Amino acid sequence: MEVLQLVVYGIVTGSIVALGAIGVSLVFSILRFAHFAHGDVMTVGAYGALVGVTLIGVTPMVAIPVAILFAVVAVLVAEFCLYRPLRSSHPVILLISSFGYALILRSAIQLVAGPAPQVFKSGIQIPYRFGEIVIRPDHFWIVGGTILIIVALHLFLSRSKFGKAMRAMSDNMDLARISGIPAYRMILITWVIAAALAAVAGVFLGMDTRLHPVMGWRLLLPVFAAAILGGIGRPYGAIAGGFIIGISMELSTMVIDPGYKHAVAFALLVLMLIIRPTGLFRGTSL
Amino acid sequence: MALLDATDVTGGYGGADILCGLNLTLSRDEVVVIVGPNGAGKSTFMKAVFGLVNVRAGSIVYDGRDITNNKPEDIVARGICYVPQERNVFPSMSVQENLEMGAFIRKDDWRPQMEKIYELFPRLAERKKQPVGQMSGGERQMVAMGRALMLEPKLLLLDEPTAGLSPKFIDETFRQVKRVNALGVGILMVEQNAKQALAIADRGYVFSSGQNRFEDTGRGMLANKEIAEMFLGG
Repeated sequence: MEVLQLVVYGIVTGSIVALGAIGVSLVFSILRFAHFAHGDVMTVGAYGALVGVTLIGVTPMVAIPVAILFAVVAVLVAEFCLYRPLRSSHPVILLISSFGYALILRSAIQLVAGPAPQVFKSGIQIPYRFGEIVIRPDHFWIVGGTILIIVALHLFLSRSKFGKAMRAMSDNMDLARISGIPAYRMILITWVIAAALAAVAGVFLGMDTRLHPVMGWRLLLPVFAAAILGGIGRPYGAIAGGFIIGISMELSTMVIDPGYKHAVAFALLVLMLIIRPTGLFRGTSL
Repeated sequence: MALLDATDVTGGYGGADILCGLNLTLSRDEVVVIVGPNGAGKSTFMKAVFGLVNVRAGSIVYDGRDITNNKPEDIVARGICYVPQERNVFPSMSVQENLEMGAFIRKDDWRPQMEKIYELFPRLAERKKQPVGQMSGGERQMVAMGRALMLEPKLLLLDEPTAGLSPKFIDETFRQVKRVNALGVGILMVEQNAKQALAIADRGYVFSSGQNRFEDTGRGMLANKEIAEMFLGG
């Protein structure tokens, strides 16, 4: 029974990791660099929702649009001031600049919101009981919301004109340009989607645990592990990777101290890079 | 009036000039083939027409308008489509999606054109849903041409469409080029299989070291012993 309970927690963690990893994968597939600020964009989203929760008095789920707004602004500022001017340079320079932007975001949040952990709402939630398995209402929201987003993303990528163009850009950037696909508009759409997914992941993370200026940064390693596990640049792979990482992390607490959960993600990442460096699904190369 | 009129085109990728004053004209509905040794600037010239290479001097006039150094996305919108030699499909996408991407900038209904392309390439009609990455070289080449034709271009630029294909597919590709041309599309083609290409060409050009060396009708070039010996492999 303990195993089943941990699998439930794993699916919750996996949902959050998957939402982050889809964004990292999409950004990599279109812009060809690892976005290190992605974890902190999640944090921005979580605190954005907190602003909504505190000022308007709504639940975190209802405050998600506010979270998305904050995260999208954070990412677009970076795009215009940092990533666009540096686009023609080496991908490593973009990677390092995103690392710097991560530090800026984190410090800014700490400056405004303070270093102490906060919660969306205090008090105890009455969990649902299914035999011996206990599920908090929040967990239903998190997993249900993630499934809904994944379905919506799938429909966008497989049915809509711009979704298909995004896959075309990821497949063959030069040919997409030659076909007249507006590259820059597609880059902006990619950022908005990645930031929105990160914002939702941040809100879910805050609902699952609590808000803290390093919450997203701490999740960045599992998120990257999931993206690479699924084959970097493959959003569907990132979803699978997210759930594999999430469930393995929670299951590992049966045998090792929960404090080392993140090490499990790292171990899986290293293992994957040794056995199958292209990921479960063949990923994009630089 | 010529559909395409390139005069003294000079330029390259920023370093030394690769194109050193090239001239070429193409009338409506014509098939024109450029042959010549490696490094002659054939592909580079084609890229220059499409705005992918910087033209330092000279001019490229298309349909009465100067398009020299225009951006590729503007040139596409004017009705010139380009099929690169390599990486000319979206491998993880289906045949149908590849064609749709070709029509990305169209605002009108492109479905009739897609039907026309399926009529032109019946093999593609059988495999609409198949990812192009799983298809053979010859089939990919059909997808690549199909994608370019989705915009109903007046001029199609083909960079070595038969490179790497088996002899059977080489013949088929040339037949298809001829059929596309019969739809009223002008074709400018760079080819290594020079003899076969000239056999379907209205006119041919020989480029060498970034300069014009010779031009004649396709038939005339094939009949010219000197040209055959020097440039067409004997």
